[in-house]
Amino acid sequence: MSGDRFSCKLDSTLETVDSAEQTASRIASESGFDEDEVMQIAMAVREAAVNAVLHGNAYDPEKKIELEFERTEDDLVITIRDQGKGLDPANIPDPLSPENLLKTSGRGIFLIRSFMDDVQINPSQTGTEIKLFKHVHGTAEGGKEASQ
Amino acid sequence: MNLKTSTRQIDGVTIVDCSGRITLGEGSVVMRDVVKDLLSKGQKKILLNLGDVNYIDSSGIGELVAAFTTVRNQGGELKLLNLTKKVHDLLQITKLYTVFDVKDDETSAVKAFR
Repeated sequence: MSGDRFSCKLDSTLETVDSAEQTASRIASESGFDEDEVMQIAMAVREAAVNAVLHGNAYDPEKKIELEFERTEDDLVITIRDQGKGLDPANIPDPLSPENLLKTSGRGIFLIRSFMDDVQINPSQTGTEIKLFKHVHGTAEGGKEASQ
Repeated sequence: MNLKTSTRQIDGVTIVDCSGRITLGEGSVVMRDVVKDLLSKGQKKILLNLGDVNYIDSSGIGELVAAFTTVRNQGGELKLLNLTKKVHDLLQITKLYTVFDVKDDETSAVKAFR
């Protein structure tokens, strides 16, 4: 990460999902998180990217995904924005309720919330922004240039 | 690494040895096709050996649920074998660990099929 912030724009493709996961894994490692935390952060970013690509932008080649990483004093903050119709957090079913347990989808946001310390979902008419927060406690390798 | 599978038979049970990642895209499709193919051949006792599955995302979890319900709806049984810690933890937090019949020993898993 160059300084404390890194951002990129990505296409609405499955490759973006893998790329977002790999970038998150690398930046989380550089930020001093342990192996389990790196896996959790990478998976949360993967799930957010899946939502953005599939449900937000619906693979539309004209629409982009914005991915941003910021290291603050207290947190690694990751923001994923899409250009879809907007996800209403109030309408996300609980995947743990008995009637939803055997559904084949609908666990992405739940996993993100399980793995991150705080999650903010900000829908608008121009898309959805999801912000993921993980409290930092290790020593970051500051000043490393991202290769994305 | 994308999902790779191979199948073998023991006492009427089809064991599917899986390795790699079960994730959105190719990994999930491979899993779906394997189960579909086995069911089309009448092989309805399926033991998924996930010992070398090092990563699974929500789509992969959904694919396991789909496989479980599809096999059950056709009068068969699907069990899981040798979960890695990551997959075990994911099934725990999604409350699916008690939905699936999870085994950690192949011999007893095979015997557990009716």
